[in-house]
Amino acid sequence: MNEPKTIVEKIWDKHVVHREEGKPDLLYIDLHLVHEVTSPQAFEGLRMKNRQVRKPELTYATMDHNVPTIHRNVIKDAVSKKQMQTLKDNCSQFGISLADIDHPDQGIVHVIGPELGLTQPGKTIVCGDSHTSTHGAFGALAFGIGTSEVEHVLATQTLWQAPPKTLKVQVNGELGSGVTAKDLILAIIAKFGVRFGTGHVIEYTGEAIKNLSMEERMTVCNMSIEAGARAGLISPDNKTVEYLRGKRHVPKEADSFEKAAAEWKALASDPEASYDKVVEIEAAEIEPQVSWGTNPGMCLPVSASVPDPNQAETANSKEEIERALEYMGLEAGQQISSVAIDHVFIGSCTNSRLSDLRRAAEVIRGKKVNPKVKAIVVPGSFSVKTAAEAEGLDVIFTQAGFQWREAGCSMCLAMNDDIVPPGERCASTSNRNFEGRQGNGARTHLVSPEMAAAAAIEGHFVDVRKFTEATLHS
Amino acid sequence: MEPINKHQGLVYPLNRGNIDTDQIIPKQFLKRIERQGFGQFLFYNWRFHDDGTPKQEFSLNDKKYQNASILVAGENFGCGSSREHAPWALQDFGFKVIIAPSFADIFYNNCTKNGILPVQLTEQQTKQLMTRAETEPYTITVDLENQLVSDAGDFRASFQVPAYQKEMLLNGWDEIAVTLTHADKITEFEATRS
Repeated sequence: MNEPKTIVEKIWDKHVVHREEGKPDLLYIDLHLVHEVTSPQAFEGLRMKNRQVRKPELTYATMDHNVPTIHRNVIKDAVSKKQMQTLKDNCSQFGISLADIDHPDQGIVHVIGPELGLTQPGKTIVCGDSHTSTHGAFGALAFGIGTSEVEHVLATQTLWQAPPKTLKVQVNGELGSGVTAKDLILAIIAKFGVRFGTGHVIEYTGEAIKNLSMEERMTVCNMSIEAGARAGLISPDNKTVEYLRGKRHVPKEADSFEKAAAEWKALASDPEASYDKVVEIEAAEIEPQVSWGTNPGMCLPVSASVPDPNQAETANSKEEIERALEYMGLEAGQQISSVAIDHVFIGSCTNSRLSDLRRAAEVIRGKKVNPKVKAIVVPGSFSVKTAAEAEGLDVIFTQAGFQWREAGCSMCLAMNDDIVPPGERCASTSNRNFEGRQGNGARTHLVSPEMAAAAAIEGHFVDVRKFTEATLHS
Repeated sequence: MEPINKHQGLVYPLNRGNIDTDQIIPKQFLKRIERQGFGQFLFYNWRFHDDGTPKQEFSLNDKKYQNASILVAGENFGCGSSREHAPWALQDFGFKVIIAPSFADIFYNNCTKNGILPVQLTEQQTKQLMTRAETEPYTITVDLENQLVSDAGDFRASFQVPAYQKEMLLNGWDEIAVTLTHADKITEFEATRS
């Protein structure tokens, strides 16, 4: 009988090109996703050494970080424009497929990979972007890399990688009604800290994970990096297979698809497999979350109060809490639900898929955005936008007072014109609440799409479960 | 890249934990297509007011750290985004060695691809270095070959570095050129999968 293995070990073993004592393994990369921000210097490096892209057919590019979300083709910033043009030129010079700004496949790189079926179980996937962990939802080993590694993958289709340690995050029981995948991952990071995953690949398991849809699984895996883990994944199951069925880049013939599906499901971790570290969390105990500080671990249930630095526990030191409260303009002991907001951003590679937009739309249907709040919805891809419009979600959002935008990373990192002004506060469905992330001096609170939608209506944070209930009875 | 072996330099202490790459280099400076010239944007929002004038209260603007080449910081340094602009900015500013109790994985890796040496010491050792550097101009020596940090006094701390990264840093090798010596193995591997 073979030794029980984790999915990480199974994928790893299938990708080792070369192994020698005292060195990392030379690992083959099945899919390299490329965007405009972290690639120009890599292509330039190739040119300087007169090197080629080894496998253009395993490389796929799009534009997402810089793209405007109001008028697609009006790029006011000359430097952004040049960066986007550079990607275009590089893709054309090296023969790489590009979903350009006006291409129907354009979107956030981590949204379109799964949509197109490029993301598949068992693949090694890299991208010059830390949220590449998103693709782990499919049982792929997917991780973010720097620009030097982008260049290395372009030139060799491989990376030198030491086998990672494995960390099992077991989520027992079921999430309560109105508690989302976003709340789950925020609660995990709040409980175990922003570096508990460093040096590890996380595998999420347990009943609550099995019950998540593929889009919800992407939300969870997306934020693995916020726990310090380069990659986070979930063993493939029937949901994975059904999501991929019929997607453009999966095997077309029924027989070959079924064969692939059987191989995918066989990748699931063996029940007896052992991990370097195991942690557990009870799903039923998780409430809707709101971040109050300047890293994603600084998160609390919406019913809680902002922490007091004088009662600091180990997770965040007194100084860290003081600094965060000062930056965030919050008082120790203040009720989270009393915090008034100026902006709402529904979007990003964490929460911009069709199901995210549907759930947010359900919360706001027939209501109006608080007059003090500027609210925008930025679909994750052109295809999400089209599908949402086909079912009338854009009308629900715009009638409520949201702006309905074009696809891109947008206000998650504010590299385009979607910026939160200094000192203003944003309820955001994105993944990072770092200082200045959404604009210099901007104050970010991470929440689920439902929580963001409810906050948009009320003008401050509110427990979406009570909000929805109150609406039903009014 | 430039090889790095033994480096002696002035310490700049930055006593904060979880310094993310958005702080090291904010996103508005990621639009350039070159590798050079990012030093001016290092810790931009901490160093400068909105109008571009320096924030005097931020320690890196203090003249006494002007020629510092060794940054000592708190745990989980370089967390967040994969942007290699972060090590590029640190290097362009003049930092050659970063010392911290822990590093984010992608950032650590990015440093070693650019000839910057990330050194992991204990919480207590980094605190010791920071305290010294906060009170007086403090020069230390970082010896990669022997994996040792020392000062002119009695501070001695050894550190771990993966053998592969050590070799790359000591030799300043072009990693792609090294990998391409295995090109036939890659071709062989590809043949088994098609």
